[in-house]
Amino acid sequence: MAKNLSRRGVLRTGLAGAFVFTFYLPVRAANEPEEAPDSTQGKFAPNAFIRIDRTGKITLVMPSVEMGQGVYTAIPMIIAEELDADFSQVAFEHAPPDEKLYANPMLGVQATGNSNSIRAFWKPLRTAGATARAMLVEAAAQQWKVDPQSCTAASSVVTHTASGRKLSYGQLVDAAMKVAPPKDVTLKDPKDFVLIGKPLKRLDTPNKTDGKVIYGIDAMLPGMKFATIMASPVKGGKVSHVDQTEAMKVPGVEKVIVLDDMVAVVGAHFWAAKKGLDALTVIWADGANGTIDSAHIWEDIRAASRKDGLVAKQRGNAAKALGEGEKIELAYEMPFLAHATMEPMNCTVQLKPDSCEIWLGTQIMARVQSTAAQLTGLPLEKVIVHNHLLGGGFGRRLEPDMSLKAIRVAQQLNGEPVKVVWTREEDLRHDLYRPVYRDVIEASLKDGKIKGWKYKVTGSSVVARWLPPAFKAFHGIDFDAIDSAADTPYDLPDFRVEYVRCEPPGMNTGFWRGVGPNNNVFAIECFMDELAKKAGKDPIAFRLDHLHGSPRHQAVLKLVREKSNWGSPLPERAGRGVSVQPSFASYIATVVEAEVDHNGDVKLRRVVCCVDTGIAVNPDTIEAQLQGGLIFGLTAALYGDVPVKHGRVQLSNFNDYRMLRIDQTPPIEVHVVKSGEAPGGIGETGATAGPPALRNALFAATGIPLRRMPVDRDVLSGRKKA
Amino acid sequence: MTMTLRINGQEKTFDAPPDMPLLWVLRDVLGMTGTKFGCGIAQCGACTVHVDGKPVRSCLLPVNAVGDRAVTTIEGIGNTDAGARVQKAWLDIEVIQCGYCQSGQIMSAAALLAATPHPDDSDINAAMAGNICRCGTYVRIREAIKRAAGEREEAKNG
Repeated sequence: MAKNLSRRGVLRTGLAGAFVFTFYLPVRAANEPEEAPDSTQGKFAPNAFIRIDRTGKITLVMPSVEMGQGVYTAIPMIIAEELDADFSQVAFEHAPPDEKLYANPMLGVQATGNSNSIRAFWKPLRTAGATARAMLVEAAAQQWKVDPQSCTAASSVVTHTASGRKLSYGQLVDAAMKVAPPKDVTLKDPKDFVLIGKPLKRLDTPNKTDGKVIYGIDAMLPGMKFATIMASPVKGGKVSHVDQTEAMKVPGVEKVIVLDDMVAVVGAHFWAAKKGLDALTVIWADGANGTIDSAHIWEDIRAASRKDGLVAKQRGNAAKALGEGEKIELAYEMPFLAHATMEPMNCTVQLKPDSCEIWLGTQIMARVQSTAAQLTGLPLEKVIVHNHLLGGGFGRRLEPDMSLKAIRVAQQLNGEPVKVVWTREEDLRHDLYRPVYRDVIEASLKDGKIKGWKYKVTGSSVVARWLPPAFKAFHGIDFDAIDSAADTPYDLPDFRVEYVRCEPPGMNTGFWRGVGPNNNVFAIECFMDELAKKAGKDPIAFRLDHLHGSPRHQAVLKLVREKSNWGSPLPERAGRGVSVQPSFASYIATVVEAEVDHNGDVKLRRVVCCVDTGIAVNPDTIEAQLQGGLIFGLTAALYGDVPVKHGRVQLSNFNDYRMLRIDQTPPIEVHVVKSGEAPGGIGETGATAGPPALRNALFAATGIPLRRMPVDRDVLSGRKKA
Repeated sequence: MTMTLRINGQEKTFDAPPDMPLLWVLRDVLGMTGTKFGCGIAQCGACTVHVDGKPVRSCLLPVNAVGDRAVTTIEGIGNTDAGARVQKAWLDIEVIQCGYCQSGQIMSAAALLAATPHPDDSDINAAMAGNICRCGTYVRIREAIKRAAGEREEAKNG
């Protein structure tokens, strides 16, 4: 690498400050493509996803982005399966911004989220692969003057069965370019799959072991400046006064940028920018949100949750059925949560009078481009966006705020590229947080069975801001906020779900791994445990009594009962808790085993998770996603909270926004059920599964029914009332 | 200030403020971006490198405190026996998801195996608890460390 650097190195001198810099910068990182992205020159490129060159190398353009969830392996597997490609010849490429070619069919926009990639692209990508295969076979058949039906394809080679003649895909590139694509293609019978269903090795991981991988934060350009920013700590606040005297004395600091609602320091490296920022004196005019505290936010949402909501779904007569038997009404409250991707927010921009070039990792390529065009006034095609592998997404990179802020910094420079990296503190304080929610559930119990059921969710609508047409189409109901509540799998003939929109003052809200189901599955599964206790039933038996309409849920629940040794003895103050979820078209049952000491500290002992996600494209990835998703959810349940005081988020870094660590992580077993159904979503699911199962384990261990997240150790120890 | 560091066996001469943390020298001055910025306060371990074989958080280590000690980064760890075994085990077990923290995880694990060839669970906890993984790959990290330790054994016996 050192050799490469000096070969590519450029000398930079004369920076501000008293010293001279010898600056080594790679022109472009070694593993970024040399050729233009999505080049189709001399390649067989039958559609937006497949490019085959004359050497037989197959480059697949990824309509979804890779943020750890394994989609850069699963998507190639799906295409290669129907293409009958040699998987060892397959490479991936990030898609350019293009809503027409790469929009997710379920979302309608070019975005990666909601565990939608495999669900939405399953059919289109199989069709794309099968179409390309048919064209390659046709090209071979024409050369041999035989019926294409008499040819087969496997591992990137077409064979004429009768004569044994063979042509590789690489040899067929030029001929296949001239073949008209067929109108209809037959997709494989799943029993004939050779790739799908196998735990194939990930394509994105080898470069992640030796430092070669390039994330957005690693973008390096000749003459690049480095900057860091501080936005108004209060939403809507403005810069009132800045003293930059001390900042400008910091060696390497080149410029202090003062905008109406943020400041930036530009320097020769991040360290100079960061020291410069720390040396700035900034006085903010907080504006109306400067008086907001967490208590106000909770008062607001509690008041809103007492109102009648819009009816999202109903059947039977919930009001009448609630009058029969014993009625129970409980409320559950969920906190704000920050995303805290390991790669802090960042974006590199080079803005010239007639162009804007952007380097980052994003879940929304096209939106980064369109919002940049809007901000700069440039035509869309003059905004070039380079995507990268993401150092975590979790919904945070579904927003373009990091690119817009970086462009605003670049607007104050003279066309030099600038890499804007946020400190972790800025990253935690300027997130778009998982909203606070309050869920009020009423149910009546008669003879051990649920009669009436009324569920009311109150919270911010992320969809209303992020995808306004969808909010309008559902007449003011946020489809995500009611997800897994409106379609709960339990047998509830007299059923009503209401939605109350309540925007928290002074806070931006966004999608967070697990999205709406995190809230709804938590409330419903906690409530089911409380109902089971009232009915004097075992929590799993009680659920099975109400799952006659969903055999797939029955199956995973029975499996987790067996695999978790449900009912076997545990030490004092230890318990098992279960949760069941219908979310993202995957059927999941989870058992968490945990114990609580007398101080209220929780120890996770074991997690068992059983999943029926339909056809498991790559079962190893599914296991990994559930292991990791469960830890993501359990982290939130144990620690996740975002307190607000005087309109300011009261977080600084990982010291007070805590993460589960390896020494607290229990063994996690994942059992993937074989299924022939269409694939479900998986990336979000573990985050949804963990918290209710943990809470129910703590309920079993202590008898204390926690109804607010995160887990309150003072309540578990008895120091404080629930 | 002009300084020389020995990084992955090579001498690198550069100018930087003496209090600049090694992390930013590696990333922004030398363009060695494999070492990652995660928190800046030694809470997450993403920036872990080896100084004379010991794992350190480069985000808090002033560059002038390195002296003539040998620095090893993720770009060079594959040239050590423990590092190569860890990298291989990481791929065999398919530990990695987003991968952003994994430079630091691999550096911590390689240092552990170099010092403690047969770590038990408490050794692994002690060595690895300083490295946060937001994707939650801990279960597989533990498994991969044990795999890497076992492979050394196989190599010796075989």
